[in-house]
Amino acid sequence: MLIRFWGSRGSLPVSLGTAALQEKLVKALVAASGRNLDTEAKARAFVAGIPDFAVSHTFGGNSSCVQIDTGGDEYVICDMGSGLRELGNSIIAHDPQKSHTFHMFMSHLHWDHIMGFPFFVPAYRPGNRIRIYGCHASMEQAIRMQHSAPSFPIEFDRLPAKIEFVQLKTGQRYDIAGLTVTAKQQAHSGDSFGYRFEHAGKSVVYSTDSEHKLEDLGETEAFASFFRGADLVIFDAMYSLADAISVKEDWGHSSNIVGVELCQMAGARRLCLFHHEPISDDEHLVRIWRETQRLEEITRSGAPLEILAAYDGLEIVI
Amino acid sequence: MHLTERRIDNAMVLAASGRIDHASAEDFKTALQPYLKQCEKGGDVVVLDFSAVEYISSVGLRVLMLAAKQAKSQGGAIAVAALQPVVKEIFEISRFTLVIPCFAGVRDALAALSPSAFAAYGAA
Repeated sequence: MLIRFWGSRGSLPVSLGTAALQEKLVKALVAASGRNLDTEAKARAFVAGIPDFAVSHTFGGNSSCVQIDTGGDEYVICDMGSGLRELGNSIIAHDPQKSHTFHMFMSHLHWDHIMGFPFFVPAYRPGNRIRIYGCHASMEQAIRMQHSAPSFPIEFDRLPAKIEFVQLKTGQRYDIAGLTVTAKQQAHSGDSFGYRFEHAGKSVVYSTDSEHKLEDLGETEAFASFFRGADLVIFDAMYSLADAISVKEDWGHSSNIVGVELCQMAGARRLCLFHHEPISDDEHLVRIWRETQRLEEITRSGAPLEILAAYDGLEIVI
Repeated sequence: MHLTERRIDNAMVLAASGRIDHASAEDFKTALQPYLKQCEKGGDVVVLDFSAVEYISSVGLRVLMLAAKQAKSQGGAIAVAALQPVVKEIFEISRFTLVIPCFAGVRDALAALSPSAFAAYGAA
């Protein structure tokens, strides 16, 4: 399975501003001083080798959208945040004439998780089939509403693609697009749902917008069971633990600390920090990533847990 | 979890030990509760001696957050002291150094929280 991140940011899309871009350029140029970079190829090779991730990369600013690619013909996508726009554009660019089937799994219906759909070009192509799965009864209403006046100029019913809504229930196993899928309810305003996908002996859990009440041992064990042995857990690590359980308690998000603990309890292989706080710049996110790697190292009691941080464009093979 | 108490003037120094995790956090909370009642304006200052604490998990940190909140609401003062390197890192990564005052040792904590207890500690 290949997991591709099209949107990794929480709550609201953000963009890299001029000041932040120029700061990266300044650092890169200083690092390049004295080197012969007189061709674009040499410059590209140098940039690729810059060790500081916050200089050579950006985490990006699109809101939640993750693709699960099993190598099949059909697309499997978690959430329709602003990252969905780029995914759609990429498909159209590669296969402008071909019709496709898309399977969209909705964690919940907050704006940052559905806002990409009106800009998803495949929805405007006849012959495409889009199946939207979720556990919220109001799923269709929410998707239709954002296409309505005065929010958007093109009514939902005018979309040429065939669009279907499929209601899922938690705890049941579904076979969809070659994947075995299970949903789990999570604590978030209006509820959210995590999904566990299994294919050919590999498993990935998509668990975003999920707050964990630490005092509830039963809930902790239930999540550890949901994450059990996963090859990858994509986890809402929006806040520090201190914020998540004090000033931002009941805001519906979690922390890197709880992510590490749950994955260690579950014997998961990889933890990917996801749903980054919009106010966090690249340097801050790199710091959180490194600290989380360190936390895993100093608290490890069994097999290592690889710590990754999602960024727009990241691909993980499991 | 057992807390070993040591009174120094108006300070109650409580020594914890071992792991404060999902298995022991509730006991830690229960053991701490009687001391928190006295941790009020004009009452005891509480210093948690963590020199023998090997590990603390999120649920253990939550107990400390609730303790700090209670002490603050009562006008009292509470701090942790003498964190082992691993525990110190957990505090820093979780940003709990912003939730509850942390000191290098019990002496430093007393110096910050209670001049009279600090003087008594030095004289002992």
